[in-house]
Amino acid sequence: MAGAASALFLLDMKGRVLVWRDYRGDVSAAQAERFFAKIQEGESDSSSQDPVVFDDGVTYLFVQHNNVYVMTASRQNCNAASLLLFLHRVIDVFKHYFEELEEESLRDNFVVVYELLDEMMDFGYPQFTEANILSEFIKTDAYKIEITQRPPMAVTNAVSWRSEGIRYKKNEVFLDVVESVNILVNSNGQLVRSDVVGALKMRTYLTGMPECKLGLNDRVLLEAQGRSTKGKAIDLDDIKFHQCVRLARFENDRTISFIPPDGAFDLMTYRLSTQVVRPLIWVEAQVERHSRSRVEYAVKARSQFKERSTATNVEIELPLPADATTPNVRTSMGSSVYAPEKEALVWKIKSFPGGKEYMLRAQFGLPSIVSEESVPEKRAPIRVKFEIPYFTVSGIQVRYLKIIEKSGYQALPWVRYITTAGEYELRMIQY
Amino acid sequence: MSGHDSKYFTTTKKGEIHELKEELNSQYKDKKKDAVKKVIAAMTVGKDVSMLFTDVVNCMQTENLELKKLVYLYLINYAKSQPDLAILAVNTFVKDSQDPNPLIRALAVRTMGCIRVDKITEYLCDPLQRCLKDDDPYVRKTAAICVAKLHDINAELVEDRGFLEILKDLISDSNPMVVANAVAALAEIQEGTTKIIFEITNHTLFKLLAALNECTEWGQVFILDALSRYKAKDVRDAENIVERVTPRLQHANCAVVLSAVKVILQQMELITSTDVVRNLCKKMAPPLVTLISAEPEIQYVALRNINLIVFFCKYNDPIYVKMEKLEIMIKLASDRNIDQVLLEFKEYATEVDVDFVRKAVRAIGRCAIKLERAAERCISVLLELIKLKVNYVVQEAIVVIKDIFRRYPNTYESIIATLCENLDNLDEPEAKASMIWIIGEYAERIDNADELLEGFLETFPEETAQVQLQLLTATVKLFLKKPTEGPQQMIQVVLNNATQETDNPDLRDRAYIYWRLLSTDPEAAKDVVLAEKPTINDDSNMLEPSLLDELLSNIATLASVYHKPPDSFVSRVRATVQRDDDEEYAAESLDPESSSAPVSEITTSVAAPGGVPGQPAAVPDILGDLMGLDGSADQQPMTRSLPVLLSASAGQGLQISGKLVRRNGQVVYSLMFENSSQIPLDGFMIQFNKNTFGLAAAAPLQVPPLVPGRSESVVLPMVMYQNVAPGPPNSLLQVAVKNNQQPVWYFNDKISIEALFGEDGKMERQHFLETWKTIPDSHEFIKELPSVCVNSVESAIQKLQATNLFFIARRSQKESRQELLYLSAKVPPNIVFLVELATVVGTAGVKCAVKTVSPEMAPLLFDALEALLST
Repeated sequence: MAGAASALFLLDMKGRVLVWRDYRGDVSAAQAERFFAKIQEGESDSSSQDPVVFDDGVTYLFVQHNNVYVMTASRQNCNAASLLLFLHRVIDVFKHYFEELEEESLRDNFVVVYELLDEMMDFGYPQFTEANILSEFIKTDAYKIEITQRPPMAVTNAVSWRSEGIRYKKNEVFLDVVESVNILVNSNGQLVRSDVVGALKMRTYLTGMPECKLGLNDRVLLEAQGRSTKGKAIDLDDIKFHQCVRLARFENDRTISFIPPDGAFDLMTYRLSTQVVRPLIWVEAQVERHSRSRVEYAVKARSQFKERSTATNVEIELPLPADATTPNVRTSMGSSVYAPEKEALVWKIKSFPGGKEYMLRAQFGLPSIVSEESVPEKRAPIRVKFEIPYFTVSGIQVRYLKIIEKSGYQALPWVRYITTAGEYELRMIQY
Repeated sequence: MSGHDSKYFTTTKKGEIHELKEELNSQYKDKKKDAVKKVIAAMTVGKDVSMLFTDVVNCMQTENLELKKLVYLYLINYAKSQPDLAILAVNTFVKDSQDPNPLIRALAVRTMGCIRVDKITEYLCDPLQRCLKDDDPYVRKTAAICVAKLHDINAELVEDRGFLEILKDLISDSNPMVVANAVAALAEIQEGTTKIIFEITNHTLFKLLAALNECTEWGQVFILDALSRYKAKDVRDAENIVERVTPRLQHANCAVVLSAVKVILQQMELITSTDVVRNLCKKMAPPLVTLISAEPEIQYVALRNINLIVFFCKYNDPIYVKMEKLEIMIKLASDRNIDQVLLEFKEYATEVDVDFVRKAVRAIGRCAIKLERAAERCISVLLELIKLKVNYVVQEAIVVIKDIFRRYPNTYESIIATLCENLDNLDEPEAKASMIWIIGEYAERIDNADELLEGFLETFPEETAQVQLQLLTATVKLFLKKPTEGPQQMIQVVLNNATQETDNPDLRDRAYIYWRLLSTDPEAAKDVVLAEKPTINDDSNMLEPSLLDELLSNIATLASVYHKPPDSFVSRVRATVQRDDDEEYAAESLDPESSSAPVSEITTSVAAPGGVPGQPAAVPDILGDLMGLDGSADQQPMTRSLPVLLSASAGQGLQISGKLVRRNGQVVYSLMFENSSQIPLDGFMIQFNKNTFGLAAAAPLQVPPLVPGRSESVVLPMVMYQNVAPGPPNSLLQVAVKNNQQPVWYFNDKISIEALFGEDGKMERQHFLETWKTIPDSHEFIKELPSVCVNSVESAIQKLQATNLFFIARRSQKESRQELLYLSAKVPPNIVFLVELATVVGTAGVKCAVKTVSPEMAPLLFDALEALLST
């Protein structure tokens, strides 16, 4: 069960090694070539594009980011979930350090890259990936600071995400409740997938080691406290917390208590399946093919939420045949752009109040010559993007956010709510 | 916070190394540091900078942490190729491990553990011992992992020095990260041995559960993985563990979640209360569902791990995720949800990705086979798809419909007509074969079956074997069902074609069987060909229960991703073998089959001399021939087992192994070059010093450029008597090899005389006796080979024959049970050896007597005999 990575490679898109760190001495740099050859041969065959590649006793786990492959090679039965997640964290750390992880930034900072790789993993075991804390003792401009540092307490502390001695003049906390709605409507107009993934995103600018306590309108908690839950309480299906939250405590009495990291982080994510809820924005498209050379679309978009809310930055992406030309579009609201690179017509509506319905009519020319082979057309779904501020699907509410620090300062919590479209797809009616 | 390190990559080409050397020895700190950075940059791009070893190590004693780290990094890379120089670093390491700064203490221990050089390892013990008891937890946690490193290099040392005990004590450490790393180290050590090293006791269990709440996410994974192997004593124990682990399901790190699920599943076996179990299942399901919205790579792992959830493919899913979802949807399909599932499949079947479409069509078929009641709906969906007339969809659909027919015979024949409409479009063998099968199977219901088949028959010779076989069978079926004139002619054509104009034995044999059956007893043929076929089931996604158990205990690991037990792909060489720190060696012994198989079972691709035509076969029977081949395979040097002539450590990473062998009547030098240095090597040349037999290269050495990590085997043809060394004969062969990157390497090899024996060394019996008599007894040499044991005279003869030591006669002495063998051999041009071997079969000890005109050669022959007989 124990299993560790043998080496970590950072490769460019041509499979050349940018930087690699050998952790166990049982693989060589040549492994990178074999890995690359393996994914190259997999290029045509879709099933071997898995993020897990096996070749001759070595397993490669990889993640691609920009123009860089981040890859581990291992000869053991290692924990794949842990290593893949570790790769994502490595990317996060590099992003924190170099703003963007790409070939150039790696080359520009190879010394730090080596230092980080040394600290984040030891003998193939993930060790420490808190970018905030790492940057306290591994600095990009290290040669300017000649003092030898000590490892911050946080590296080994129970609170590994926050260092002591942080100071702010103004103590503030920003809490954004972001819900993203994922729906999938099949071509019969049936809702086959519908869920909401919510996140409590926090940005903290707090002095010292503040103890925070968050209260939500969680039905389980309220009922346990014997309060009335009339209409206001909600059921959260599946809650995931940032590592700073004391999980055992939550399990016991549903209290969310934590010492937050400094800066931005996701305090909590949750999910609720809302099979009953109507899609917030409903889009219907009717397609009419006049002869072979012309196609007409009639698109209807309807907002199905309360009138006092307004969706902003609505973007409806209507898939078109790849060879559509000469667009002729009329809309009752907003503007539209033909985006041939996406093979779609993008209909943008800046502000879309609840309970309204807008129309779009479009007509396109098609080339009169059609190839003999009737390859089925790519059937992309209609995709919708939007944001609805001051609104949550779940009805989640932050009842309080208490911040207690021994110096006794008053901190200001700012709470915002917003709902956005996640994977919001409606398949076109077949024609 | 962007750096400007890229400037270190641009270096002046010529005299670069020299320049660097100067800069490294500069008295200015900044210059020194820049130089080290340049060295590391060069190392990063794969240039060999190992020659700067001494100079870089000299920079090690610095107050500057960054510089120190770089030097350490250099050491990790090159210590192996410069083991003697690496010792220079030891003092600094030991000093650093006592530095007041814990960062440096930890760094020193961490780095020492990464240097896999025995000499360094010895010095590692004392600092490690100190660091394991360091005040600073950062140092302790690094030291804990270091014990695992040391164990990997030298397991005995770890046990002798009692590090295991200290490590176990660390489980009770006050710091959670130290505990986690100690657990990881212990689990790793445990993996390598069968001895029980790491057992979770009641006491440690408590400690682990406590640490679980406090350590980093990665540490939690280590601890959970270790916990999943703990067998709870009783129900209460199990419940206790589950209770403490359950909160982990709420962790944002999905590796933690999966590992927690694993622990809970393990402990659940013990829990009897159904309420608790149901409650747990309820708690485990939602986190698993949420994993599906994680990063796609993670999703993939999660999907390979869970089969619990209904969901559908999103348009933008990476293809590997889609494929996995499809698999799971098939498993989940039931009478209740089949409509929705089918609708989805149909949707997928009209997508663009061909592979995915095929899989979707196949999925529909599998649903039909799995769910009897849904079969009809599946068929209608398939028919709709066929009507789309997209070539690959139609073909795939026909393949699955064939399976459906087999599952539900005589139910859905009404659709055959539709299928037949699409005959002309079929071009893939599998679809064709399926269609032909359908026609043959339902020949009586298809009016124009004979016409249809005839259409296929025209192209019979060009079809693939699969189609040919189906066509043959279908025609026979047709004939049996409709014994009229048309089919009779067809069958004649097919049988002729299949028996005479094919070189596929399967096809030919099947055709003969049918022919015989038809010509002797058509009724019997009917019984055979039209027999009831066993129905098929959808079992393609069943896992063996025992395997499933093992996989469950491996949740989140690679085993569960591959759906295979860990042994089948884990290639790590166990600790004992690993001690040899030669990387190449480790890489080679990975393939368990080849490393454990007896040598003679590996057949090399080179023609075995025993099978060379024109060679007189000494033993006439077949068995002997086979054994002869076996024996001669023995003589074939395998590139893998060539003796090392120049070790990687002596050759700056270049390793050369080789041996003189005889191949097809010619002396050749079989060589293997392995490049474990950091730079590509090319322009190889070889030169031989004067030697007794005047061996020299007959052609230039042809080694392709060797990139780091690659190895190449070459066969160099040799000629004899080109540059004969004067003086008494000896077996010394001095070789020089050079390439464009490295200095010239000199090494010595031993000429194995058996490679020189000519094919013309066989003597007539009479001639042998005469020669024996003419050579004076002063030229007879006798040597005992006490350790050699001959178990079978025949195989010994075969073995010797294979190297052109020809068998002349054999005599058995009854009273002493001794076997006497007479052999002859000849080294060109005319050095003849007459050999007498005396041995008792099955007991050690062979007495060799050699008569030769060149007495100096006798010792060489003895060596050869000993080597040959003892293999």
